[in-house]
Amino acid sequence: MNTIDSYAISLHRPFRDRSFGLVRKFLRINWLFVLCVCALAGVGYAAMYSAAGGASTPYANSQLYRFLASLLLMLALALVDIRLIAKLSWPSYLLGILLLVAVAKFGHTGLGAKRWMTIGGVEIQPSELMKLFLAMGLAAWFHRASYERAGNVFFLIPPILLILLPVGLILKEPNLGTAVITAAIGGTIMAGAGVRWWKFALVFAVIAIAAPVLYHHLHDYQRARIVTFMNPGSDPLGAGYNIIQSKIALGSGGFSGQGFLHGTQNQLNFLPEKQTDFVFTIIAEEFGFIGSIAVLGLLFGIVSIAFYTALRCNHQYGRLVALGIGTNFFLYCFVNLSMVMGLIPVGGVPLPLISYGGSALTAVMLGFGVLMSVHVHRDVEFAVEEF
Amino acid sequence: MKREITSRASFSRRAVLIGAAQFGLFGAIATKLYNLQVVQHGKYATLAQANSISERLIAPERGIITDRFGVILAGNQQHWRALFMKAQCPDPEAVLDNFSKLVALSDDERARIDTDIADRPQYIPVLLKDFLQWPDMAAIEVNTPNLPGVIIEVGTSRIYPFGAALSHTVGYVGRPNRAEAKSDTVLALPGMRIGRAGAEAGQDQPLRGAPGFVQTETNVHGEVVREVASDGGTGGQTVTLSIDTGMQAMALQRLGALPGVAVVMDAQNGEILAMASNPGFDPSLFDKGVPTDVWKGWMADPSHPLQDRTISGLYAPGSTFKPTVALAALKSGSLTPDSYLTCTGSFTLGDHLFWCDNHVAHGTINLTTALQVSCDVFFYQVALGVGENNISAMAKQLGIGTDLQMDMPHASPGLVPTLDWARAHNIHWAPGNTVVQGIGQGYTQVTPVALATMMARVASGLAVGPHITRRVGGALQVGANAADWPALDVDDRHLALVRQGLFEVVNTPQGTAFAARLMLPNVQMAGKTGTAQVHNDSAAEKMKNFDAEKMAFLDRPNGLFVGFAPYDNPRYATAVIVEHGNWGAKSAAPIARDLLTYAVLNDPAGRDAPLGGQPTASISVPAIAATDVPANADNGTAVASTTTQTQ
Repeated sequence: MNTIDSYAISLHRPFRDRSFGLVRKFLRINWLFVLCVCALAGVGYAAMYSAAGGASTPYANSQLYRFLASLLLMLALALVDIRLIAKLSWPSYLLGILLLVAVAKFGHTGLGAKRWMTIGGVEIQPSELMKLFLAMGLAAWFHRASYERAGNVFFLIPPILLILLPVGLILKEPNLGTAVITAAIGGTIMAGAGVRWWKFALVFAVIAIAAPVLYHHLHDYQRARIVTFMNPGSDPLGAGYNIIQSKIALGSGGFSGQGFLHGTQNQLNFLPEKQTDFVFTIIAEEFGFIGSIAVLGLLFGIVSIAFYTALRCNHQYGRLVALGIGTNFFLYCFVNLSMVMGLIPVGGVPLPLISYGGSALTAVMLGFGVLMSVHVHRDVEFAVEEF
Repeated sequence: MKREITSRASFSRRAVLIGAAQFGLFGAIATKLYNLQVVQHGKYATLAQANSISERLIAPERGIITDRFGVILAGNQQHWRALFMKAQCPDPEAVLDNFSKLVALSDDERARIDTDIADRPQYIPVLLKDFLQWPDMAAIEVNTPNLPGVIIEVGTSRIYPFGAALSHTVGYVGRPNRAEAKSDTVLALPGMRIGRAGAEAGQDQPLRGAPGFVQTETNVHGEVVREVASDGGTGGQTVTLSIDTGMQAMALQRLGALPGVAVVMDAQNGEILAMASNPGFDPSLFDKGVPTDVWKGWMADPSHPLQDRTISGLYAPGSTFKPTVALAALKSGSLTPDSYLTCTGSFTLGDHLFWCDNHVAHGTINLTTALQVSCDVFFYQVALGVGENNISAMAKQLGIGTDLQMDMPHASPGLVPTLDWARAHNIHWAPGNTVVQGIGQGYTQVTPVALATMMARVASGLAVGPHITRRVGGALQVGANAADWPALDVDDRHLALVRQGLFEVVNTPQGTAFAARLMLPNVQMAGKTGTAQVHNDSAAEKMKNFDAEKMAFLDRPNGLFVGFAPYDNPRYATAVIVEHGNWGAKSAAPIARDLLTYAVLNDPAGRDAPLGGQPTASISVPAIAATDVPANADNGTAVASTTTQTQ
């Protein structure tokens, strides 16, 4: 009841004053959300500590510093007026595309794909940033669209191009996993904007029919290339070595786990580079099913708060951006966990907030900053005409 | 306001739906986790019992290499080897000391083992000693309790049944060096080899295969209690070369003791049927490491046995270059089929005199006659007329002086000079340089494979590329069919004219290779002889009537022959070079004739089984037969045969 009341009141008392106090804004931040984020980072710290055999170096401390820096960035971003952020949507989108083109030209190769580049000593992965920028761009486009207008086919051509351009560039890296996630985020935002369901059904049907026919007409060596493309360098030892070890780690954890720092799979280094993509195996082995479910709960907590933020927001831009950011986080988790359990063969997707590494963390926290800005500025007057 | 509410209501409905779907997928993940962690916990707990399960990767067996009819050219031979797993051993130093009391280890070997143990991941065993003898084996077996972590297993080493006969074509393997083992963990496995030359290097990836693994449960003392799981891995794929071993053996037999090269190619698709480079070497020595004295011998040998002359030997083409010059001139229009030029036995350019062969005056002749009698003066004039850049462009189109994209390493593109090249190398290019280019002397250098390719392209009119890989894992490779190759951008009438000239070379009494014509009914060979000077004696160069038989061996010219057969329906192209063989017509042409006779009679092109069903490889192959390779022989026998092999 309470929520509905405050929602009703806020409708009658919109913030006409754009510069309402920083302190009030700060207090409006969703602190339950920040708590969830910090809790997951804490889990990550424990996993890094364990991966190093019970030491805060080389992973745990450096990851902690990176997290604290990006947390400050997130809180700062939360105080920036969402209307300003919205105005920056198009430049951001353009920047993302430029970075993707730059990485194709000057980037260096990791795990069989050209997806990294170094700017001022900081390693960035433009495809991670692009997912946020795409969500902002699409939200800006659909902000001015009525439900009727979202049903117009011609109105949908520009956003489809907005999605296909970065997806194509990411596919060329090649990074199929991120390309599919990017496309899925775009699709989800379009669904949220009111694009009719049958159009999605049509697109899926066309893909489902065309794919096997296309595949059938390829030469053997072209098929082999596609298989390599789907799975670049993710399994260098062959024989499904990583997946076997990963499943052993999960399964041997049991209900309550082998105990912190006592996971044999982890401590005996059966999984190479386990602190990155396979970090979940450390938690599952040492803290068992209980620990895994707790982490799963925290992850879903973040997704839920993102959706809650979207539902409460009084302007279409904020709703769509929040939906995109929540879905991005969900897809990260879903793809990573499915990979760790051997359900899908795609590699190169980390578990956000927990895996070791800076570029995905920074991109996710930037998104969370925008999400919190949506939450803080949920009731601002944000007319269609402001674009 | 109404629009805002409609839009928002739609969003809310849809967001709730999408959120519910995501919740459902999270639920599926949780269910799968429950299944793995709680339901199947017992199974995985056994697999992960602290320190009791150790896993070890197993090297896959390298794929075999066969000729086009399935005759094994590179196989695997089994032997015993001792490995060490540090995960199963509490005190590696003590175990190594015990081991070296049983099996002698040199200081170098011991140092390598120590580095490997420190470097390698747990699941990669370290090689202690391979090619174990029976007494060593017995000693290790008896002392097992003192040697925790030491494993004895069957490994394979490479064996080449035809030895030197196919040493360059099949190539050889070597042990990965430390940097390679670091870059790819699989290469750190004992028994893994890397192809270093020939087809072994060209097809290294498919030959390697994927490793398997063994998981064993061990007790506290490191003794193996039981095997928990294993996967044999995937052996390397069989690589089928386009080589016909019988033809290759014949080529070597005909070259005999003379250093030289013979290449036979399928003119319709570029498949190489024989590529003999004489002399060869024993490729199996590389698997274990070449003994120092053997290596020094190879390095000191003036006939360079390690060099694959077929793809990296550079020769002046001599008169075998004339068809290329002719086609260049016909294409540019500076020469027509009806052009007649006069040979008075010599040609003067400025103050320089260029002689024709033996000072013979051939009179006023056209292109086909000039090819038939190999008139140098005719081609001096043609070359001057068409120019070095046009000659170079045509040569590249025919496969000379260009990278042919061979499927084996170390192939040289050769060189056909252009003005740009001369400028880049600070060489003053005088018209005289163009004149001698007309008869394939001067700066022009070609590989025998390029000459054979030129002949194949002229014969078939297709821009075929030379290659030796016919099948990988049974699958026919791109390029095995004539339809895979584009047509040559040369006028068919010009090609026909040159082919006619080459026909007259071999099949008319005035032709330079009449003595080497095919003695077969209704089948004719066409071709071109060449005699290319290898030394720079200016007197002999000017006289051009030297008596080659009386010259020092290393000063004698190389004998060359390029040809194809059948003339009516070209299928086989060949290039033969006999180093210091004097006249190409006498030294190289008879070998080409015999090879093309063999080719026409056995007709191996396009076939995967020999004509008549009988393996042709039984013709005069070296002593070791393919049957000596123990594919799955009893271990004892294998060890015994290894012993004899190493002697």
